[in-house]
Amino acid sequence: MTFERPLLDHVEPPAAASSAPLLEAVGIHKRYGRNEVLRGITFAVRRGEVRAVLGPSGSGKSTMLRCLALLEPIDAGEVRLEGERLGVRSAAGKLGRLPERELARQRSDIGMVFQRFNLFPHMTALQNVMVGLTEVRRRPKAEARETAADMLARVGLADRATHFPSELSGGQQQRVAIARALVMNPKVMLFDEPTSALDPELVGEVLTVMEELAREGMTMIVVTHEVGFARSAASLVTMMDEGQIVEDAPPGEFFSHPRHERTRRFLEAVL
Amino acid sequence: MNFDPQVFVDALTSEGYRNGALVAIGLTAVSQLTAVGIGLVLAVMRESSLAVLRAASWTYVWVFRAIPTLVQLLFFWNALPQLIPGLVRAEWYNAFVAAWIALSINEGAYMAEIVRGGLLSIDEGQRLAARALGMKPASVYRRVILPQLIRVIIPPTANEFITMLKITSLAAAISLGELLTYTQQSISTTFKFAEYYAAAAVWYLVIVSIFMAVQSQLERRFRWTSQGRRAGLIGGLTGLGGR
Repeated sequence: MTFERPLLDHVEPPAAASSAPLLEAVGIHKRYGRNEVLRGITFAVRRGEVRAVLGPSGSGKSTMLRCLALLEPIDAGEVRLEGERLGVRSAAGKLGRLPERELARQRSDIGMVFQRFNLFPHMTALQNVMVGLTEVRRRPKAEARETAADMLARVGLADRATHFPSELSGGQQQRVAIARALVMNPKVMLFDEPTSALDPELVGEVLTVMEELAREGMTMIVVTHEVGFARSAASLVTMMDEGQIVEDAPPGEFFSHPRHERTRRFLEAVL
Repeated sequence: MNFDPQVFVDALTSEGYRNGALVAIGLTAVSQLTAVGIGLVLAVMRESSLAVLRAASWTYVWVFRAIPTLVQLLFFWNALPQLIPGLVRAEWYNAFVAAWIALSINEGAYMAEIVRGGLLSIDEGQRLAARALGMKPASVYRRVILPQLIRVIIPPTANEFITMLKITSLAAAISLGELLTYTQQSISTTFKFAEYYAAAAVWYLVIVSIFMAVQSQLERRFRWTSQGRRAGLIGGLTGLGGR
């Protein structure tokens, strides 16, 4: 696939080393019952950075993304977007979770792509991409349709606009899902194993779109098993295990000189 | 064989049967539609984070599924005016309204379970994706959950519609002039059982066929393929016909 036009309207300038973090996780803890899934996650992503997150299943990668996307309440710690603390409000001197309506507003700035696509099966590809614009951004229908059709074209699916998800291949569905998130003009995109549910021959078309996004300067956090993508497109690679970050390094360093025993064992298993 | 075709045809085309059928269809439609509304509210209450709402919903289903429909009909027609004296003289409180209330409340309990099953069948990822986009709870329900819910509850709800039509014959017990009431009145003066029962049966068959055609049209609208939405009249009426 080649991209005649950029996926993003505003190509971000490359991140200066000193620039302030765009998205930050500060000491995030999350437990389900007695099972502590996240045990103090702290990191920052700067504008234009792509962070690939590797780790064995059950290490808390997906939970971490859901917490960052404000889809799950966290038990301790903070999520910050452009310095603003998300998901909480102070009432009568105490911090409480924001009501769902307020959370919705904050979520609309964070794009999320799921492993199983989660397209709306009762909407065409075009309607899937439109619905955020009309329901969340309150754009007029005609304008939203135009913007959505344009975004579909950019991911190479102009000729699939009237198809329903059940009539699309997995790779096409995931590209629609990426378009659905991108059209909202998010500040950061979160990907939760976006190629894990795809047939091997369909992985490439999704990775191509993601690599193009990375090249154009989109800030991304990508939970993935695609070591190749982490190596070529990521600016930082993070290794998670048992709810903690065990290693965090640029890809060159991460793959050639992993410092931690856990990372070495993981890389031996997947490479 | 003692079957007089003329009596049968006369009964079939009589005004009494026609009116009875209209009453049956009308009562079925308003009661079932009200019940769908009640079921939706109860099912959403059942998912609420508030224990009071969950308990209220559970109790409703428990009570109104347990008590026989006929008992509920008789209660709303005979006992309610005794408990609320204002109803005795209220002109609007006729047998049709009493049956409507009784059947809606009763059927609402069944619809609550059908809707609950429908909600359980919708993939959790749907709600997740809608929330991730930034949709508020009302939008999530209206744009994402409801259309998928309607699709899965059409077949069981159509079943309930047909059952409801037949249950309206119970309203003969509170002297509502529906099909069975006219059938029994005609038989009591003529003693021609077979002819009048057969005529009633034909009317029920016709009404159910109309319901089935409506169901088939509805299912077609919820097919979610780019070719499946053209609903031909013949295809709709017969349930046959390709895309």
